[in-house]
Amino acid sequence: MADLKFPSPHEAEKLPGTEGWERMYPYHYQFSTDDPERKKYEENMFWFYDGLHYPEPMYPFDMIWDEAWFLALSQYNSRIFIVPPAMGIDHRIHNGYIYITPIPVLDEASIPQRVELFMKRAGYYYENWNDLEQKWVKKMEGVIKELDDLEIPKLPEMEDESVVFDGKGISSGYLLHNAYDKLIDLGIKCWQYHFEFLNLGYASYVFFVDFCSKAFPDIPLQKITQMVAGIDVIMYRPDDELKKLAKLAIELGVDDVAMNGDAAAVLKAMEGSDNGKKWLEAFEAAREPWFHVSTGTGWYHHDRSWNDDLNVPISFMKIYIEKLKQGKNIDKPTAAVIAERDKLSAGYRDLLKTDEDRATFDQMLGSARTVFPYVENHLFYVEHWFHSLFWNKMREVAAILKEFKFIDDIEDVWYLRRAEIKDALWDVVTSWATGSNGRGPLVWPKEIAWRKQCMEKFREWTPPDAMGTVPETISEPFTIVLWGITSESMANWAKLKAVADGDLTKISGFPGSPGEVEGIVRVCRTVADIGRLQDGDILVAPTTSPSWAPAFQKINACVTDVGGVMCHAAIVCREYGLPAVVGTGSATSRLKTGQKIKVNGATGEIDIIS
Amino acid sequence: MDMSKYVLPFEECDITMVNRVGGKCASLGELMKAQIPVPPGFAITTDAYEQFLEENNLSKRVIDRLDGVKEEMVDEVHTASEEIRGWIEAGTISEPMEDMIAEQYRLLSRRTLTPAVPVAVRSSATAEDLPDASFAGQQDTFLWIRGVDDVLDRTRKCWSSLFTARAISYRIKMGFDHAEVLISVAVQKMVRSFTAGVMFTLNPATGDPATVVIDSNWGFGESVVSGEVTPDQFQVNKITMDVTKKVVSDKGIYYTTDPETDEVKKLEVDEERRKSQSLLDKEIIALAELGKVIEKHYGKAMDIEWATEKSLPYKGEIYIVQSRPETVWSQKEVKPVAEPKASAIEHIVAGLVKGKRVR
Repeated sequence: MADLKFPSPHEAEKLPGTEGWERMYPYHYQFSTDDPERKKYEENMFWFYDGLHYPEPMYPFDMIWDEAWFLALSQYNSRIFIVPPAMGIDHRIHNGYIYITPIPVLDEASIPQRVELFMKRAGYYYENWNDLEQKWVKKMEGVIKELDDLEIPKLPEMEDESVVFDGKGISSGYLLHNAYDKLIDLGIKCWQYHFEFLNLGYASYVFFVDFCSKAFPDIPLQKITQMVAGIDVIMYRPDDELKKLAKLAIELGVDDVAMNGDAAAVLKAMEGSDNGKKWLEAFEAAREPWFHVSTGTGWYHHDRSWNDDLNVPISFMKIYIEKLKQGKNIDKPTAAVIAERDKLSAGYRDLLKTDEDRATFDQMLGSARTVFPYVENHLFYVEHWFHSLFWNKMREVAAILKEFKFIDDIEDVWYLRRAEIKDALWDVVTSWATGSNGRGPLVWPKEIAWRKQCMEKFREWTPPDAMGTVPETISEPFTIVLWGITSESMANWAKLKAVADGDLTKISGFPGSPGEVEGIVRVCRTVADIGRLQDGDILVAPTTSPSWAPAFQKINACVTDVGGVMCHAAIVCREYGLPAVVGTGSATSRLKTGQKIKVNGATGEIDIIS
Repeated sequence: MDMSKYVLPFEECDITMVNRVGGKCASLGELMKAQIPVPPGFAITTDAYEQFLEENNLSKRVIDRLDGVKEEMVDEVHTASEEIRGWIEAGTISEPMEDMIAEQYRLLSRRTLTPAVPVAVRSSATAEDLPDASFAGQQDTFLWIRGVDDVLDRTRKCWSSLFTARAISYRIKMGFDHAEVLISVAVQKMVRSFTAGVMFTLNPATGDPATVVIDSNWGFGESVVSGEVTPDQFQVNKITMDVTKKVVSDKGIYYTTDPETDEVKKLEVDEERRKSQSLLDKEIIALAELGKVIEKHYGKAMDIEWATEKSLPYKGEIYIVQSRPETVWSQKEVKPVAEPKASAIEHIVAGLVKGKRVR
């Protein structure tokens, strides 16, 4: 790709007024030029902006997840399963945006031995997948329970006398440190588990795709995914529970109550009747754990869960009640999806020419179907359930910092790195213990104010899609599947950037879900915006997540900036039979609300009509 | 005289009879057996051709004339061709044979409720439609022929087309014996094509067996077959029957018949039809369905000629005019796409080691 130019990471734009921003993030995330070898390494690698996970600049505390998966994803490739051609994924940060690069195995001679090791280790997981997956669920539920049970102690004016009479020998100050350490530890551990199967899952999927593409050069990726995709995916449970509650409300004759007022009002009013109480029971049962679903992706602290704000699920439920009363069917067309899936699998299999290929197809499809539930389900356990609880526990820590005037607002805590919070807690705890004033109030509030304005500048800036040097091949499975990095996607990004807004008539991306539809654009940058969706709109979003599910009842099609054929928007649109074009690069900045477009989900083309 | 030795309606032709009725007629018969809509007609068999040569004392004469003629003797080939073709076209079809052909033609007229039914008179060589030999296009086709006399005249021309300079050199080059290549003639009711073209039951560009590719233009299919026009192209997923691709081209010319003179003419397509889609979506799908049936019947990928006819302004029919096995991809050695392995993980490893090209 001679005309595919990506800037050097060392020449990346610096934003005036943000000098010193580097101290907001871990030192090893910086691009640097002082060491010639490191500098050369950075210039020669291909760093792409991880817009899939981070549409916004990073909050210093929220970096914990990036660091957690930096470690976890990489370790499974390089030290645990020994993926033959791939080591881990390296991370950098610039102007608050994360850039990542897959590291290949450089010593070709080592690959045969790695193959042997991989066959043995990954082989064990593939062969015992279902058993291990069940164990995994238990481990995850265990970690989540530990998190839920974790007590963040307050610092009392005077310790309760039980400390003395029970001979405890430790203070709340000590316990606070302990609890914070434990909280962070649980977070890191959870992410260790998150990746336990994931790269194996993606590897299986990637090679099924490869096989189908060789046998059927024209086959759209979407059709392949339709053959593999799970039907009863946990990610749909929260939404399914809402639908059940909507139906129950109608059945019990309390739908009028359900439609009236905000969540607090509805829940109070429900207590006024026997049927209402029955409904409340079902509601409470559904909340745990399903309402821990995040309204965002779970990656940012500001992604609240349905449990944090019951207005979100209640208002979504109202949409369902309305549709049901109009006589509309709100259920996912599961039977149709299954029928289509089976038709495709049988149809393509029949067209294969040799017995060997049919055997390969059966093996690879079987493997892909075995791994896919984990690939789709792990999200709920980690990014939703665990993260939702985690953010709230962290807020309890923040409350203590606020009490000691180290921060003005609980939501300011995110502007500190977790190591800085550790230091601040020492400051708090020692000032509590000594009765003197901590230094924190003199340091943190103004530092936080400065960091906030830095991040504002970061937010206004558009990070380049990539920096550095494009490699010939990529072997790291995540890079291919999750971020959809292929030669086509890179060419498309480059093309899109080159066209001036006025001349833009076409945007292309990956075909996420088939169908062709014309409609009005509604750009929604966060789930908070989806309330503005009108029936029949075309949703244009940076990316979507399961908590956006009710939006899919209103829209006629979906377009996203980021994501491959396995991203959430594509999966949900396929389930609902809505067209989707994903991974367009920058549709949310190139399209405006009110424009008319035509979306072709089978070809990945979007035509701008007005 | 047993008529069926010399003339056979397509219904009575099948794949076992290629040596008597040629590939075209044999496959038309097969299609009819599979309930595919095919314009009716009849074959004038290779026996009839041989009989004609005999009766005109040409059998030995032709072979002798070509004795010693080599491929590089370009002028000689041309001269021989002209002479031989002249002999054949000047030959006399015996009365009994004339009667048989005329009878079939009249039956065809009655059956189609069209007096002096317009027909296509086409060569149906015994070697032409074999997948090994891309003879296609080496012999002639006559469109919109009406009346017995013209049918007979074109029949002789089809017979003589066996000896075009190109056909002669091709046979010499490929080592085919001139005496062994016999010819049959297909006389088929012409479809008054509104649109026509070709269809492959795989993608000829990529070999994908799950894609049906349809090329279409206004008027007779010849404009598409000959490559004179860039046709519209439609691709259909064979499994879901989704139309996955539509390319509407600027279609400059088309072939049709002048209603007054019955002449086949090449005309310019009027402005608003040049860039409009020549097939309706539902026709595309109906055509692809037919393609599937044909492929299933033959058990291999097919190369099909089709036409649509609008019998009434709002109603149209699709006809399959010709079908033969696809020759390019089917020739390739059938190898497994992936080396078989004992388990999924071995495939995964092989794939991981290879990686994905991004540049």
